[in-house]
Amino acid sequence: MIPLLEMRNITKEFPGVRALDNVSFSVYEGEIHGLVGENGAGKSTLMKVLSGVYPHGTYSGDILLHETLQEFKGISDSERAGIAIIYQELALVPEMTVYENIFLGHEIHRGLVVDWNETIKRANEMLQRVRLDVNPETKVKDLGVGKQQLVEIAKALNRDVKILIMDEPTAALNEDDSANLLNLLREQRSHGVTCILISHKLREVIAIADSITVLRDGKTICTLDNRTSRVPEPVLIKSMVGREITNIYPPRERHPLDEIVLEVKNWNAYHPQLGRDILKDIHFNVKKGEIVGFAGLMGSGRTELALSMFGNPDGYHVSGEIYLYGNQVHLGHPKDAIKAGVAYLSEDRKSKGLILIQDVKQNLTLANLREIARRGVIDGNAEIQVATEYKDSLNIRTPSIEQVVSHLSGGNQQKVYLGKWLFVKPDVLILDEPTRGIDVGAKYEIYTIMNRLIQQGMSIIMISSELPEILGMSDRVYVVSGGKIVSELPIEEASQEIIMDLATDY
Amino acid sequence: MYLKDLLRKNIREYGMFIALFVIIVIFTIMTKGIFISSRNISNLLNQTGYIAVLAVGMTLVIVIRHIDLSVGFLAGFLGAVAAIALEFWHLPVYVVIPMIMGFGILAGLLTAYPVAKLGIPAFVASLAGWLIYRGALLLVTAGTGTIIIQDKTFNAIGNGYIPDIFPNSNFLPKVHKLTLLIGLVGIILYIISAINSRKKKQAYHFEVLPTNIFILQLVFVSVLIGLITWVLSGYNGLSWTVVIVLIVVAVYHFITTQTVLGRHIYAIGGNPEAAELSGISVKNLTFVVFGSMGMLSALSGILFASRLQSATTTAGQLFEMDAIAAAYIGGVSAAGGVGKVTGSLIGALVYMSLTSGMNLMNVDIAYQYVVRGAVLALAVIFDVATRRSAK
Repeated sequence: MIPLLEMRNITKEFPGVRALDNVSFSVYEGEIHGLVGENGAGKSTLMKVLSGVYPHGTYSGDILLHETLQEFKGISDSERAGIAIIYQELALVPEMTVYENIFLGHEIHRGLVVDWNETIKRANEMLQRVRLDVNPETKVKDLGVGKQQLVEIAKALNRDVKILIMDEPTAALNEDDSANLLNLLREQRSHGVTCILISHKLREVIAIADSITVLRDGKTICTLDNRTSRVPEPVLIKSMVGREITNIYPPRERHPLDEIVLEVKNWNAYHPQLGRDILKDIHFNVKKGEIVGFAGLMGSGRTELALSMFGNPDGYHVSGEIYLYGNQVHLGHPKDAIKAGVAYLSEDRKSKGLILIQDVKQNLTLANLREIARRGVIDGNAEIQVATEYKDSLNIRTPSIEQVVSHLSGGNQQKVYLGKWLFVKPDVLILDEPTRGIDVGAKYEIYTIMNRLIQQGMSIIMISSELPEILGMSDRVYVVSGGKIVSELPIEEASQEIIMDLATDY
Repeated sequence: MYLKDLLRKNIREYGMFIALFVIIVIFTIMTKGIFISSRNISNLLNQTGYIAVLAVGMTLVIVIRHIDLSVGFLAGFLGAVAAIALEFWHLPVYVVIPMIMGFGILAGLLTAYPVAKLGIPAFVASLAGWLIYRGALLLVTAGTGTIIIQDKTFNAIGNGYIPDIFPNSNFLPKVHKLTLLIGLVGIILYIISAINSRKKKQAYHFEVLPTNIFILQLVFVSVLIGLITWVLSGYNGLSWTVVIVLIVVAVYHFITTQTVLGRHIYAIGGNPEAAELSGISVKNLTFVVFGSMGMLSALSGILFASRLQSATTTAGQLFEMDAIAAAYIGGVSAAGGVGKVTGSLIGALVYMSLTSGMNLMNVDIAYQYVVRGAVLALAVIFDVATRRSAK
């Protein structure tokens, strides 16, 4: 049988990283094809190659539809060929109505005038097809996430889509909505729509997919047939994480003390914009000189937990107690948290961490300028000394501390960002994806720095989606899933399989 | 060759100075030297004063990615309040000036409130202020029309000159000796601080200008300061307006370059989210920046009312646009986080030189607007182009 879609030997490189390494991927007509892998395995990159986000010429390899070579120069090319992607973050215009969204860019018109009556009639037909019972004149922002997703699908189906790609469609949905969506996908399959389903929820994938492809480290590991017999979950997990941990982690010689530095109790958070609870009944503690790993999938609530504790800049409604050295503290703004001895390194160093247009020295000192200032006036010499000190001790490779940080490599930017928090001299350092997007060498350096900090008595909370990193660096692991801490594991009891099983189960 | 590289690297910095220089030369030639005369330069600087102080405040507002349209009529309104306080309430000038500045701060905080607390775009919030202060100005001058200010001290701010030392000595007659002295001290201080900062940079092995270029720069700036003070001392010397503007620019230059407050403001402009997560309260600093803008609007209103020796019903009209234009010409980036108060001062000078020069040449006002618009567009295009090539 000839596949509907065939991607052959796709290789895509970014500076310093090979995101896709000779990946081949085939999808047959009328099937639901699951695509699974850890964060960073290359799923999203592969789909971006397919949809023309990375245009022809920026990757090597071939894309064939019905055995015809395709050279997409942009998203509009792939759309024309019948490929539609529905991303985790929905691409609807919230202030527009359901029918306007469904027909956005494909308006029914006579001459210059849009035929709104025909549009609404057709929109109703599309809504019936996705079993969504809403008035098409409702504004999209007034719908829940689950219904918005259905509008997106209606929009895609309206364009006569041949291959529907769903990227983590159920990540933001509750169980009912998820079940609904999966039923809808089954139904569309019977209408001949081919679907690629990217999901971290392995059980869902196993329940619905006809075949499953596993990616790991930018390579295709295997494609499994799920029609004749269900693929057992452990097999899937094994192929997803089956990487050997070589010595990419510096040796660990730490003995955390028993003293509890940070304790969080009954912690809850409600997201007013999303209109739902994002953190539920969280309890955990961090001991002196310990690295506590927070494992979980993207979107599980780890970053929200860190932010809600770190002065809650996003304005969630939070409740619960935070204790530092046994004393309850109220951290109403990041500056309170910093003063209390907590620092937070964001997962997104470019948009939430560094001032890219400023230089290394200014970035390093920003969070603790008072230390190098007298009566509000910055002591230029002291600043240079501090910056030089951190540049040397963190081995930041830059021609000068007056170099603008946007010119530095990712790894060196990350070291500047880390240095900025070290200069604050916190008791508890929260690191959110501390090694995302940096090369192996820089990773090793950051791990070494972390070990040094622990020896100096600092405590580290490390949020990471990379399981080997969690296992290689932590003393203790909390697994977060669906806004809850589902498990606490001593490092001896933790393994990739166990964590993945816990993290995907909710 | 070396000079060419250097020019290319620092073209953004030097661009404005070159533009100002070109404008001065062109107008001097076109007006057969009248433009560069002591009297005209003195007038030009006094006219620039009330726009320059606004441009300084506007620099910070734009740096934190906002805008304030209300400052023009706020200046006009507060100028009228000052006139009323002096003429009808008979308050002494030493009470009126701090009081008006206080009102200015309050007005700025009021504009900041919806911006900082409710997230309303500054354009809208300050547009509301623009309408309100325009109405308020009409209201307070409704009964009287133009209010003539009699107070000599107040009027001296916009028209007076600093006193001379030894006015009757035979040494350099008809020359304002204190102005010359101040210019000389200024040159010496400039040279000392430039050499010190260069030495410090060298000690840390930072990149510095090559020696010959550095000396060239020293000579150029010294000659510039010397020329300006020489020209001014040939008329009445330094005016109080120029002194006030220089103090404002010096204070704001110090705050923006040397203090924690200044660093925090530029951090917010560069990346508000990162600044907030670094423990900087974006809200509080929004209040500070708008409060300072309000205070400088009050100062601008005082300078203008004092210069006209009266409060009029149209005072402050289009000041906000002039100030915004001056800031953009001076290299402030609309994207936020970039811009110097000294740049905005030069921007204001460029902008007001155009007005002054074209007035001398009797250019029709219609063409004047077109020329000013073209210069603004060119300045911003130049800024964006050089920024891109720097990357």
